[in-house]
Amino acid sequence: MIILPADMDALIRSEGERAYPYECCGLILGPLPGPSGGGPGDVRRAARLVPLENAREGEKRRRRFHIDPLDFLRAEREAVSAGLEILGVYHSHPDHPARPSDHDLRQALPFYSYVIVAVEKGRARELTSWRLSADRATFGEEGVEIPG
Amino acid sequence: MAANLLVPTALRGFTDRQAEIALEGGTVGALLQALVARYPDIGPHLFDEQGGLRGFVNVFVGEANIKGTGGLDTPVGDGATVMVVPAIAGGAPGQAAPR
Repeated sequence: MIILPADMDALIRSEGERAYPYECCGLILGPLPGPSGGGPGDVRRAARLVPLENAREGEKRRRRFHIDPLDFLRAEREAVSAGLEILGVYHSHPDHPARPSDHDLRQALPFYSYVIVAVEKGRARELTSWRLSADRATFGEEGVEIPG
Repeated sequence: MAANLLVPTALRGFTDRQAEIALEGGTVGALLQALVARYPDIGPHLFDEQGGLRGFVNVFVGEANIKGTGGLDTPVGDGATVMVVPAIAGGAPGQAAPR
């Protein structure tokens, strides 16, 4: 499960609406979940979001996102200097459900939470989060808790 | 020649949760082979069957992506910081629209 404070939930939604009809993307930072470094069922708490430019070109941004490796490197350094880790990635699905695509699955890495917000006709709707299975075959949905 | 290799969170499950590892090697390739020798399970996540870096693996020496500096043959200076950076990508169902 991932705990997403209400202001971060709102920021992901507003980023998705701002980027519409293109996909938005960014990274989720937080403390490492537990002394073992986290596992499939761990509870992780987002502490900071790093909104990033979708590095895909032009109209490809309607259906794809890509985070520039240099942006990732800088975010990793920001995380380390704040005593945090990169816990996951968020992106939007313009006019598509908040479900991972085959393309999401092929590109996914272990450990990270993949938060997806559906943006329908410019308005943010459902927000979900997913993690890659150990055998890379499927995504499993994890709970998203948004504290009151 | 020793350099510090920074491992992203997603791959630390293969390095006993070590985030920063001091390794010997004069090139990026030698450094990564030293990493795999120490942590064999990380090998398949970095290299394909032909021994090339997997598509989603980027390696930076300082601020420079080795794709522009000689790839695995990129020299690594003593005390350099080398970082494995995963490519993060995805998207909604369907083909990406043409440009």
